Amino acid sequence: MNYEAFMAGYGGQGVLVAGNLLSMAAIIEEKNVSYFPAYGVEKRGGAATCTVVISDEEVGSPVIGSPGAGLLFNQLSMDKYFHRIRKGGFCLINSSLIDGEENREDIEILRLPANQLALETGDARLVNMVSLGAYVAHTGAVSLESLKEALKEVLPERNHGFIPLNKEAIDRGAAYAMTGTEKSRAQR
Amino acid sequence: MNKRLFVKGNDALAMGAIEAGCRYYFGYPITPQSEIPEYMSRELPRIGGEFIQAESEIASINMLLGASACGVRAMTSSSSPGISLKQEGISYMAGSELPGLIVNICRSGPGLGGIDASQADYFQAVKGGGHGGYHIIVLAPHSVQEMYDLTMLAFDLSDLYRIPAMILGDSVVGQMKEALVPHSYRNPGLPSKNWAVSGKGGRKEQSIIKSLYLGDGELEAHNLKLHERYRILKEKEVRYEGVELEDARLIVTAFGSAARISKTAVRMAREVGMQVGLLRPITLYPFPEQAFRKATETCGRVLCVELNAGQMVEDVRLSVHRDAEVFLYGRPPGAGSQPTPEEIFEQIKKYYEAIS
Repeated sequence: MNYEAFMAGYGGQGVLVAGNLLSMAAIIEEKNVSYFPAYGVEKRGGAATCTVVISDEEVGSPVIGSPGAGLLFNQLSMDKYFHRIRKGGFCLINSSLIDGEENREDIEILRLPANQLALETGDARLVNMVSLGAYVAHTGAVSLESLKEALKEVLPERNHGFIPLNKEAIDRGAAYAMTGTEKSRAQR
Repeated sequence: MNKRLFVKGNDALAMGAIEAGCRYYFGYPITPQSEIPEYMSRELPRIGGEFIQAESEIASINMLLGASACGVRAMTSSSSPGISLKQEGISYMAGSELPGLIVNICRSGPGLGGIDASQADYFQAVKGGGHGGYHIIVLAPHSVQEMYDLTMLAFDLSDLYRIPAMILGDSVVGQMKEALVPHSYRNPGLPSKNWAVSGKGGRKEQSIIKSLYLGDGELEAHNLKLHERYRILKEKEVRYEGVELEDARLIVTAFGSAARISKTAVRMAREVGMQVGLLRPITLYPFPEQAFRKATETCGRVLCVELNAGQMVEDVRLSVHRDAEVFLYGRPPGAGSQPTPEEIFEQIKKYYEAIS
């Protein structure tokens, strides 16, 4: 299997941490993976994107023009990248920050109120964990267990006290994806 | 099996250097390679090595020259404008027959340009970037694992032939994270550095490291000796990767990051039944001339993909069979100008469909 996850938001939303965590989970599962952050002259509050490719085979390009899945964290990313997601693919939209009914019939869409779920879990900064939990539960790119196991590898040791809260956020996102979802099924 | 680590390309390179026995680093920070000096500054003092942040690029290349003259494994790293500054020192190292590793994690130019991925330093790297008509060994990793492996190889080849070696990468291979399986360094049986200036001790002969040859016919003989060594490099040390070349009707060629992106494009072509192969030079100098010649005896079309306006394509054209056609898809560097596999696939279709 081959999974491509393109994540985009603004600096501070934890987009790059999310990419690292997903990649580390794939490493734990002994899969091949590449993690490529957008690299440029970046500043706080600016755009942050990364691409994670997970494969059983050799990973080819770490950059993808039309990724199989998009995790869009803010309106700017929605405007810029929503149309790029490959036909038949999947898009997770952070509906807390992305308004409007913009739709596509040729991909699966999950509108996730990530900021709201993060706040309910206990910290606004858990947006990335909630979103990853939902993405993983929906696609099965890695298991939720591997994702949680990866936390201790990816988070700096001084933040290990927050691991239980992060796990809770992952579960909350996953639960939302499995139940209260608003989807538009791809027409095949 | 060793543990699979998840690391950045630049860190993998630094790890490979230390594992290969490099204990001396001299450099001056510049994006997108600063993880290399960062890693070295942290790790070298712990293992009895020496890290020096020099006052400039010029100082650091000359510190490398000095360390190498003493017979130790040493390195410097920088990015394009910094590598330009080092050219004088590299020429002196080449002339003095000194080994040593120079890492260029390229940015885009010319001039100050930008920090985006670029392969526009190909000419500078493989044609002898400084004065005086020399070559250095140039290796182009396309994965994090190769950042580790080829760094070790670069030290070995450099020591064996007494020619400076360069790793040529960019922000794609430098900043990307992937699985790395580190492995122990094994010395391939390199000759001792009896030429080093390590103190005369009991030796009769004095070791002299120099690039100045004023005697009658001396410099010509010196040049001929160096160029004989380059010929042996071409004969013995060429490395490349061939993917599905056997039945290819179109060969894509690219190195480093462009090759990585092209691999997916080639796979896309194969999935729809197009007979497309990939020839990826790993040693840019010595260039895999014979591999191109052989592959184009049966396949008459080559598409060269580069993150520049066309440089390696010239070496490809010099190497292929005389009847082969060579096409270029060159993407000059800059923000947002990195090609996607989809775009390269479009180019493949264009040149493949022209085959009747």
